[in-house]
Amino acid sequence: MTDSKIVDTETTIKTDTQAALKAYQERMSAIGPEEMIINIGPQHPSTHGVLRLEVISDGEIVKEAVPHMGYLHRCFEKHAESMNYGKTIPFTDRMDYLASMNNSHAFVMGVERMLGIAEEIPKRIEYIRVLVCELNRIASHLIAIGTYGIDIGAFTPFMWCFRDREHIMNMLEWASGSRMLYNYIWVGGLFYDLPVGFEERCKEFVAYFKPKLVELDELLTNNQIFISRTANIGALPLEVAINYGCSGPMLRASGLKWDLRRVDDYSAYPEIDFEIPIGKGEMGTLGDCWDRYKVRVDEIKESVKIIEQCIERLQHELKRRPDFDPRAMVPKKVSPKAQDYYVRAENPKGELGFYFITDGRLDIPRRVKARGPSFNNLSVLPELSKNILIADLIAILGSIDIVLGEVDR
Amino acid sequence: MDLQRIKQLLIAKFGASCIVDEELSGLQPALLIHKDFILGVCQELRDHNETWFDFLSCISAVDYGVTEGFGVVYHLASIPYRTQLTLKVMLENHREEQVLPWVDSVSSVWRTADWHEREAFDLMGIFFKNHPDLRRILLPDDWKGYPLRKDYKDAEEYHGIPIN
Repeated sequence: MTDSKIVDTETTIKTDTQAALKAYQERMSAIGPEEMIINIGPQHPSTHGVLRLEVISDGEIVKEAVPHMGYLHRCFEKHAESMNYGKTIPFTDRMDYLASMNNSHAFVMGVERMLGIAEEIPKRIEYIRVLVCELNRIASHLIAIGTYGIDIGAFTPFMWCFRDREHIMNMLEWASGSRMLYNYIWVGGLFYDLPVGFEERCKEFVAYFKPKLVELDELLTNNQIFISRTANIGALPLEVAINYGCSGPMLRASGLKWDLRRVDDYSAYPEIDFEIPIGKGEMGTLGDCWDRYKVRVDEIKESVKIIEQCIERLQHELKRRPDFDPRAMVPKKVSPKAQDYYVRAENPKGELGFYFITDGRLDIPRRVKARGPSFNNLSVLPELSKNILIADLIAILGSIDIVLGEVDR
Repeated sequence: MDLQRIKQLLIAKFGASCIVDEELSGLQPALLIHKDFILGVCQELRDHNETWFDFLSCISAVDYGVTEGFGVVYHLASIPYRTQLTLKVMLENHREEQVLPWVDSVSSVWRTADWHEREAFDLMGIFFKNHPDLRRILLPDDWKGYPLRKDYKDAEEYHGIPIN
């Protein structure tokens, strides 16, 4: 093969930026006589935020769903280019605001690896990070499950999940000073050490929470009405899920054991024993809405296991010591040498990635790109919502578990 | 599977000119692919049973500076082999609205590229040739300019509403 294989040698082509918009407008205005455009959102609670769905429907049947986003676009990437790494951490908290700890953990890990200090972080700090991340993962999944119940028409699970989530919020507020947006995990360390008595309260919470999970199973997971609404609905085949970049519970519900906590073995996870739940198609097709729901329920149980192991170690070999300073490793000035690095971590919603480009001269990155799991998981919705009932569209959207703060960033 | 083997595979298939350069110094090695080959290279990397990069993690559009021009960075991951690979494409430094820097769309290889490329178009003004639906995705349809470019000037107003 030679250079003659170059397919297109022209350097400039006519780049018509309006062509796709015109084609879209024509398609929307040329719907059939039986069809109707229904606008769902952006203010409707079942869209889980400010997502707008434009649905071409024929009676009760959805022909096509077109998502419109950007109502919550807060210019994360532009902001990150104008301030140093420490100042960007609160912005990452606001991306997936239901799992702020996990966001800042991923961001901080990337910066630490670029600085070359990732291996030197004390074990106690790593375990505290994992502990608060898993608490936050439970909180995030509780919201996913509770609001999914509301989407389907069950109100009680929502109240129960929020009641239990509130305990986690209170504990994280105790540690960080803030209820939802923590700014707790810092580059090289933590804002503060855990407050005295946190481990004991964690233990109390775990003891309280385990029976509640059994109740939740009785109330929702094995509820026949719930199963009828979710089983065999929105089945996502594995190859489609991979091709659409789905990750997290979306991908695992389609039957693939893919969890970055195990694949990348970051932070303290290699030393912790936990299973990766996957969808099995127990109630219907593999990868249907019920499977996605069930994977989240099982992940909560695994997170409880992780929390127990973290507390165990934090109370014994990694015990609190008076001379321990969680900010001892925090660099005065974070300026990694010139490089680019893509870090990925397992968020409650899936693979969260940050792509950094640094030029080595300033403590401000040249470019930070955030890859949100919700953004990619949502992109499969138009594929799943062809020739389904409108009520099922809500069931599918709820099972994807999006957070618009992360879709729009 | 290491980078040298991937290079061999690509050179055997597309010729030596498909790889412009390589970056080995950083934590993640990267291949600089010639713009004309990116679609074929992606297709080959996804389908070849030695590479099998079936998961596209991320597409990032980058403005390397007003004098340097633009680039697009592809982060691939292989689920069966548990490997990662970074591909980079350098584009022309076209900063006018009429002539955008362009590259072939890879949304026929990974469907997830569809929205990633729409985002790159929306915020950085990269044109993806043969993209199925290249509309703005995060900003309003009638927004002017591409905010992530280094030479972007903040808009004064939007539909008569003052900004800033």
